[in-house]
Amino acid sequence: MDRNRWLVLPLILALAVGLGYAVLSLPERTDGLQKMVADKMEVSGVSNPVTAVLLNFRGYDTLLEMVVLLLALLGVWSLGGAALHREAAPGPVLDTLARLLVPVLILVAAYLLWVGAHAPGGAFQAGSVLGAAGVLLLLVGWRLRPGLTAWPLRLILVAGPGAFVIMAIFTLLIERQLLEYPPAQAGALILLLETAATLSIGVTLAALFLGERPQDKGSK
Amino acid sequence: MSAAFLYALVGMGLFSLGVYALIVHAHLLRKILAINVMGSGIFLVLVALARRTGEAQPDAVPHAMVITGIVVAISATALALTLMLKLAAETGCAELPDEKRE
Repeated sequence: MDRNRWLVLPLILALAVGLGYAVLSLPERTDGLQKMVADKMEVSGVSNPVTAVLLNFRGYDTLLEMVVLLLALLGVWSLGGAALHREAAPGPVLDTLARLLVPVLILVAAYLLWVGAHAPGGAFQAGSVLGAAGVLLLLVGWRLRPGLTAWPLRLILVAGPGAFVIMAIFTLLIERQLLEYPPAQAGALILLLETAATLSIGVTLAALFLGERPQDKGSK
Repeated sequence: MSAAFLYALVGMGLFSLGVYALIVHAHLLRKILAINVMGSGIFLVLVALARRTGEAQPDAVPHAMVITGIVVAISATALALTLMLKLAAETGCAELPDEKRE
């Protein structure tokens, strides 16, 4: 191991120097794609450029990223998950914290989703906050009721990618292009997609944290 | 040299650190953490270099890539951790077999 380390170190240093040189050789000022984004902002339906890129200009990428998220969860479930969550009563501090924080987190997620149209925020941030709320709930031992673990849970999991796919087919049929929204309705369509994506991202992250597939005994 | 380049250099430093840890450490948990450090370095480079527009508004495209990248990295890490736990449960050791050492 020690000899390996002395062999690897100079190579990594050379890599770091090479990468540093590559970064420094980039031009000091460049517009990148910002000009193109700024020119098309009026037809995007939102006023936050990052949301416009994510949901409108590069909606195809976001569609595939939602599928990646779902695939990761399917991978974890098909591995059988890992039963390392010992069932133990949470302490009073964790219990109170979860009771106080979860409603706030859900409210923050909704705010982030709404504000994403014109300020930093959006589906991925809101979904992450929702996922955090789910993790907190799982930590205090909360589980979904058994009746909800079968198709209702799966329906929410596929809501995001599903909404994207339906929207892609819809825009392909009605409009000219894949995921090219009519400018007048773009804002509402983006909010619709983002709401579905937020729910899916939040529930997927919480389900990834839990690991095992919710069986008849019931879990989120 | 503007602040953007300083952050980008730090990001490249993080990436190199991650590559080093990925090669040197045998334990899979450390390897997964190393890949996460590498990813964080890349995110830092992307965010920093997006500031080079010289206007108030940075380039939105790299920012959008980083936002989705973070969530995808989390899910990939979860999958990797599950694989590691399965391997550890199967073999009792969270390291990949090394032919040379055996």
